[in-house]
Amino acid sequence: MALLEVSNLGIAFGGLQAVAQLDLSVEKGHLYGLIGPNGAGKTTVFNMLTGVYKPTEGNIVLDGKDITGKSPELISKAGIARTFQNIRLFSDMTVLDNVKVGMHNQVTYNMWTGILRLPAYKEKEHEMNREAKKLLEIFDLDGEANLKASQLPYGKQRKLEIARALATNPKLLLLDEPAAGMNPNETEELMQTVRSVRDQFGIAILLIEHDMNFVMGICEEITVLDYGRVIARGDGMTIRNNPKVIAAYLGGDD
Amino acid sequence: MSLKTMKKSTRSNLITFGIVIAFYLIVSLMSVMGMMTSSFAGQLVPICAYVVLAVSLNLTVGILGELSLGHAGFMSVGAFAGTLVYTLTFENTPLPVSILLSFLVGGAVAGIFGLLIGIPVLRLQGDYLAIVTLAFGEIIKNFMNALYLGYDSTGVHFSLKDSASMGLAPDGVVLINGAMGITGIKKASTFTMGIILILLTLVVILNLVNSRAGRAITAIRDNEIAAQSVGINITNYKLMAFIVSAVFAGMAGVLYALNFSSLVAKKFDYNTSILILVFVVLGGMGNIRGSVIAAALLTVLPELLRSMKDYRMLIYAIVLIVMMIFNQSPQIVSWRKKITAGFKAKRAAKKEKKEAA
Ligand SMILES: Nc1ncnc2c1ncn2[C@@H]1O[C@H](COP(=O)(O)OP(=O)(O)OP(=O)(O)O)[C@@H](O)[C@H]1O
Ligand SMILES: [Mg+2]
Repeated sequence: MALLEVSNLGIAFGGLQAVAQLDLSVEKGHLYGLIGPNGAGKTTVFNMLTGVYKPTEGNIVLDGKDITGKSPELISKAGIARTFQNIRLFSDMTVLDNVKVGMHNQVTYNMWTGILRLPAYKEKEHEMNREAKKLLEIFDLDGEANLKASQLPYGKQRKLEIARALATNPKLLLLDEPAAGMNPNETEELMQTVRSVRDQFGIAILLIEHDMNFVMGICEEITVLDYGRVIARGDGMTIRNNPKVIAAYLGGDD
Repeated sequence: MSLKTMKKSTRSNLITFGIVIAFYLIVSLMSVMGMMTSSFAGQLVPICAYVVLAVSLNLTVGILGELSLGHAGFMSVGAFAGTLVYTLTFENTPLPVSILLSFLVGGAVAGIFGLLIGIPVLRLQGDYLAIVTLAFGEIIKNFMNALYLGYDSTGVHFSLKDSASMGLAPDGVVLINGAMGITGIKKASTFTMGIILILLTLVVILNLVNSRAGRAITAIRDNEIAAQSVGINITNYKLMAFIVSAVFAGMAGVLYALNFSSLVAKKFDYNTSILILVFVVLGGMGNIRGSVIAAALLTVLPELLRSMKDYRMLIYAIVLIVMMIFNQSPQIVSWRKKITAGFKAKRAAKKEKKEAA
């Protein structure tokens, strides 16, 4: 069985069917792309997968466990982590603390251990600092560990969000437009990083991205969404030559 | 470990403790040398109580980011619960035990109220907490104002009407006498006790803030959706912050109450809640040391200015405005940052020179 099995997933906001009849299967260790014109429903899919929105129909099964309609907290614990299209960092906290918050359920000790500074406190904090710094190094953020997250330039904020998501030790990582606002050099670098994260952590990654070079460059399978429905699926070559996809993109907003 | 290599938060916390201890030593010295006016001496315990109140409210308002307008309500339930315990025990229990027990009960009762109010309200979004805590404070004030409580050989009696309708036997003892509250309290609070309570509050709250739980609480303030997305239980951590905050407000209430011979509910009204909030805002949201200084300064200031009674309120108002601008105005804040950055650069340059040499 695949790591993630989504079947017949749909959601309606009032009269608007934002996503309908979505089937999706994600295998461990693979990289997937989710593309489509603006308003196609891509972020809405992420919001359903992570419990921000409750689907009005369909099922989401992660690792054999039904997580449909569960809270974001439980879904994080079940093993899905994400980044946000409009960056959501803990802006007044340091870069390091942002990642440590991501480890909330990985390295744990209770309130009293913290207040009374019991021996476990020091031990666990050391462990967290060590692990967090490793993650920051992957994203070349170790030099900025003690800055406030809001002081980072835009591109680095996006990377920090990925580091924080990885800190939750996910089985599946969802990236919502990770390259948005990055220059071509940064984008190229990010592609390498995403690929190496997949290799190093052996996790599945599903990403939304408007930058076609990015998606075609690293995704093994791409799903194209238009008006909330899947219109094509396959590798980069297949998608590029699919007339429906071309029509959806050329058709634009009308 | 030297001051320089220490973690920034640890160093900052030590400075805060240092300020409190220095304040204690200076005041003790002044009193030994007979330099203390009686009006200032009378302010010492209230100062400590307000410092504890401001620091604890800062946990809810500054660290958790939820506006609470009923901190005086927690102070009130703590004060009444603790004082009852004290009046019932001090005659037949060693005094330190009786006092310790009052603080524990006062804190616990306030914490329970924090839990009871927090559970329904902290699940809601937006300004509900502000409104409900405001209502809570007023309800507690009016309830305690109308409460008559006493006991006799047949048991405990209470009424919300008047003392006669309690139906106490002739041998009965009135504990709480409506609007007159609890009277004939044997004064027990001391400045030293106040300082100990401040230090305890600081240890607990600063350690909490700089721990896993505190990071979760701060993360909720900064971005609730992101906090959920990394698996934080929002409701639990909000409740934790709210309850800890209430517990210390309750203990501050006990400290305050045992400093006077009588305890009335009127004292813990909306104005007191707002006053504590003013301390927090002026000291800086989330800035614990700021709360300590603001609460202490603004509690003594009106007293110190008594000799200039014509200008007293004017000076008080000016200090408030200046502090507000100093802490909140974006221009001033960035100017302050520039200055401290300048200092840091100089220090770094010095260090480099040293290392090069
Ligand atoms: N909470 C909501 N309430 C009502 N409508 C919503 C809500 N969230 C999304 N929608 C609608 O669902 C549709 C899909 O939105 P979504 O954000 O998923 O698009 P997207 O594919 O991510 O687009 P983009 O590329 O611009 O990010 C849009 O029409 C949007 O207005
Ligand atoms: Mg989107």
